[in-house]
Amino acid sequence: MLGYFMEGMIPELSRVTSVLTSWRADFGLALNGLAQNLPTRDFGTSPLTRLSTSTTPVLTPHIAARWFPCRLQEYQVIGRHLPSEANPTPKLYRMRIFAPNDVVAKSRFWYFLGKLRKIKKANGEIVTMNLIHEKRPQKVKNFGIWIRYDSRSGTHNMYKEYREMSRSDAVDALYQDMSARHRSRFRDIQILKVVEVKKADDVRRPYIKQLLTKGLKFPLPHRVSKPKSGKIFAASRPSTFF
Amino acid sequence: MGDAEISTSQWRYVEVGRVVRFNGGEFNGRLAAIVEIIDHKRVLVDGPSEKAPVPRHSAALAHVSLTPLVISQLPRACGVGVLKKKWEKAEVDSKFEQSTWAKKAAQFQKRRQLNDFERFKVLKLRKQARYEVRKSLAKVRSSA
Repeated sequence: MLGYFMEGMIPELSRVTSVLTSWRADFGLALNGLAQNLPTRDFGTSPLTRLSTSTTPVLTPHIAARWFPCRLQEYQVIGRHLPSEANPTPKLYRMRIFAPNDVVAKSRFWYFLGKLRKIKKANGEIVTMNLIHEKRPQKVKNFGIWIRYDSRSGTHNMYKEYREMSRSDAVDALYQDMSARHRSRFRDIQILKVVEVKKADDVRRPYIKQLLTKGLKFPLPHRVSKPKSGKIFAASRPSTFF
Repeated sequence: MGDAEISTSQWRYVEVGRVVRFNGGEFNGRLAAIVEIIDHKRVLVDGPSEKAPVPRHSAALAHVSLTPLVISQLPRACGVGVLKKKWEKAEVDSKFEQSTWAKKAAQFQKRRQLNDFERFKVLKLRKQARYEVRKSLAKVRSSA
């Protein structure tokens, strides 16, 4: 599936980029040699892609949804200001962005870059975009996440901890948690830093600490089993205590 | 005061090494061992059984039932190879197959696949068996 997808995509993209570059030349936009060899999405021809950690092509949301059951993915987006005569080699900016799909990831990239530097989508370009996969998706890890979020009355910084299998799972849990406890939306939260807490002693929050005790065990005293037939009414009370 | 005998409930614990059985979903009826506890609602499970394997993944405790079987001395977050060895050493599959739980499940499974005539035959046979039981019970009662 992946191989077919990549093979199918590359000629299509190179055609699009060649059209784009010729369009730019027609309009007399100054482009240096590097920029002309630099398509917006590149899968390995440009030396710039070596910066990236993975060479997965940009996924469409429906394909991503099938491959990744998690709602959020981690993207690496590299972009820059458009090259000009004054500055033919503008500085590259790299961000790791958590988003449900590549469209949102690109949008968030421009949102953050516009806040941090004097670059916007109209005068900038995205150089590469990759999906970052979890290195060990079958290992349970503790994550510390620093966020900045806008509540109804002001802006706050927060540090929270989550116990999950991947960074994107942790961030997904964070959005759910923040929406539950603070009624905050996706747009209100800026993720500053996601770090794996390797040592158990470095875990700060008691709700994660309690899960790290040695020989942890607990019963399930109250079990409500869902009726398989989907009936609303039952003749007898269900037993929940085993 | 009367001498009330108080004993604690014999809970089955969520713990590393506990064998769980999936109730519903993709792995319905399959066995897996708890490798690590993620939180109070989720565990990391792995079922190395050859006939019905379960890949290592995070499973919600709501979707599994705890069996009485526990693989003793299972290290936390152990690898696939270690678990497989321990699983075979503990004879999890054969032990579970001998349990009433597994026998009942197999019976339900079989009953569900019967056609109308076969269900009728089951009904007849059950009636005959019940008749024999009642006959012998009546004999015992009258002699007593």
